[in-house]
Amino acid sequence: MTGNRNIVINGLLKLHILACLVFIFAPIIGSFVFSLNSDRFPSLPLGHFSLQWYRLILEDPFVWAGFFNTVFVGAIVAVIATTLGFGGAYTDFRYNFIGKNAYLALALLPPTIPVVIMGLAMLAFLSRISLSGGTFSVIIAHGVMCSPFAMAIIRLRLSQMDPDLEAASWNLGGNEWATLRHVIMPFTKPAIFAALFITMAVSFDEFAVAWFVSGLHETLPVKILGFLQGQVSPRINAIGSLAFLSSITLIVFAQMLMRNPSTGPVEK
Amino acid sequence: MNDQMTTNSIVKLDSVVKKFGDIFAVERVDFEIGRGEFLAIMGSSGCGKTTTLRMLAGLEDPTDGDIYLDGERVNGKATWDRDTPMVWQSLALFPFLTVQENVEFGLKMRGVSKVERIERARRWLEKMQILEFANRNISQLSGGQKQRVALARALVTEPKILLLDEPLSALDAHLKVRMQSVLSSLQKDLGITFVYVTHSMSEAFSMADRVVIMSRGKIEQIGTPQEIYREPRNRFVAEFLGSANIFTGALSRKTGVYWTIEAPDGSFEINAGKVTNKNEGDSVTFIVSAENMNVRPTGSQPNGITVTVVGEEFVGATAILFVETESGAELKIQKSHDEFSSLDTRPGSKLAVHWDPDHCHVLPGE
Repeated sequence: MTGNRNIVINGLLKLHILACLVFIFAPIIGSFVFSLNSDRFPSLPLGHFSLQWYRLILEDPFVWAGFFNTVFVGAIVAVIATTLGFGGAYTDFRYNFIGKNAYLALALLPPTIPVVIMGLAMLAFLSRISLSGGTFSVIIAHGVMCSPFAMAIIRLRLSQMDPDLEAASWNLGGNEWATLRHVIMPFTKPAIFAALFITMAVSFDEFAVAWFVSGLHETLPVKILGFLQGQVSPRINAIGSLAFLSSITLIVFAQMLMRNPSTGPVEK
Repeated sequence: MNDQMTTNSIVKLDSVVKKFGDIFAVERVDFEIGRGEFLAIMGSSGCGKTTTLRMLAGLEDPTDGDIYLDGERVNGKATWDRDTPMVWQSLALFPFLTVQENVEFGLKMRGVSKVERIERARRWLEKMQILEFANRNISQLSGGQKQRVALARALVTEPKILLLDEPLSALDAHLKVRMQSVLSSLQKDLGITFVYVTHSMSEAFSMADRVVIMSRGKIEQIGTPQEIYREPRNRFVAEFLGSANIFTGALSRKTGVYWTIEAPDGSFEINAGKVTNKNEGDSVTFIVSAENMNVRPTGSQPNGITVTVVGEEFVGATAILFVETESGAELKIQKSHDEFSSLDTRPGSKLAVHWDPDHCHVLPGE
């Protein structure tokens, strides 16, 4: 009896997951399919297979400029956000102090702020200190937005650490810096790499804040909007597919690192 | 005597206090540990034994009082500047390092060259009989092997003192006994001081030269295992050791070499030589060990009482009979199975129990 019911429930749950996945990925797959279609407008039936839209974007210097800008910003943001996130997470792991909950709430706050408000605030603030409208300003804004993600990932890893490990290192003659370097960092290494990938992916995809503060140094998502406003072109599908591939690659790397954290990278 | 003790001692605690907030974890503790001594600190959880050990390691700083290591006052000295390695209850081996790298860690932190580090680490791995696992990950080792890695890692710097915090508590009984003998012979070979914190009486008594019994942040008794077992100082220690029958009564009159004591369950005699600084009317508490209790079917015996059987427990070649006096006090009698065979030991049956007045021990601390 219960066995029958479980089969029904299991079936329904699987169907539900499948529906969710279709819901999420159908537009992306659609975009991917149309990016390889020779027709100018996304309509059925499909025309013949073609790489012309990819060729067009690869020949477009503006796309390349946007792409390099995105990668450049993403790489620097990943390093800054992961460094800040590590500091925040370690502070939480190591110290108890009055106002710690307020500290944690503030540190993890940025992702909960609507991006438009965040972007406006960033623009207002950065222009007041004459830092708006450059690559640098996107880096600052994305650094703020991405640090909480890095902090959350590294905090999770630190929570799995036996606090005695740190004390054992001190007890064996390692001072606090040596212990940070030889115990805390190796232990959190998988999480540090995961944080680097995730924060890079977040910066990669982020549009609204970059749109506000980037000025002439547009990142790829801002470029895409430019395309959309100009004309409807299947080039959008091609760029979108490439951007999606880049992000999903970073996320998959991060997931692989976080999935089995008990087996940290061991030096042979 | 006292001076000599001081020069031979490696550790001295001088009215050490440790408070966490308003709570005393350790409350005025004084003792010394001799060079090459195996000292066990024993007590139930929360008695302050681990806090005492952590203060020796430099992981906690005393709130008050002084700690001397090798003649030097070490209050406020960071743990990484002391040479007081600890073997942790959780072992705290580094999971991201191999066995050999774990053992090398203390040397690396002290700036020992790589060549020397490897050589010394391997020597200790060999001594602990785990050289073949040198390149394994920690997760690939058994409990006993991990224990040996933890010991090698702590001893590789060749310290004068080793601190051990319940290191055997996670092992099964068989392995525990084996590791006890490893620890004992290791300590004798090296001739260094071991300070061993445990809640287990069998571990403490089988390995230690001296045992410190703590409760609620204070020391209840310090002595060799034999002294503590034969002559517990107070009711806490006697109850903690768990094998003694405790009686409390008032001294009523002295006849020859015996004092008569009036207790709720009757009047008993004890050897007057064991009663010091007490006068007629004073309260005394004495114990009679379970092996020294004699038991007969019925009949009134001098220095005896009538008891009711509660139950029986088999302990190898002997049995422990749990009985209750008329006033409700619980007593234990330990005898061979033969001695019990002639008696009716079913629950509820009555027996006559008596003991030799010379086999009583008066608790001096009560």
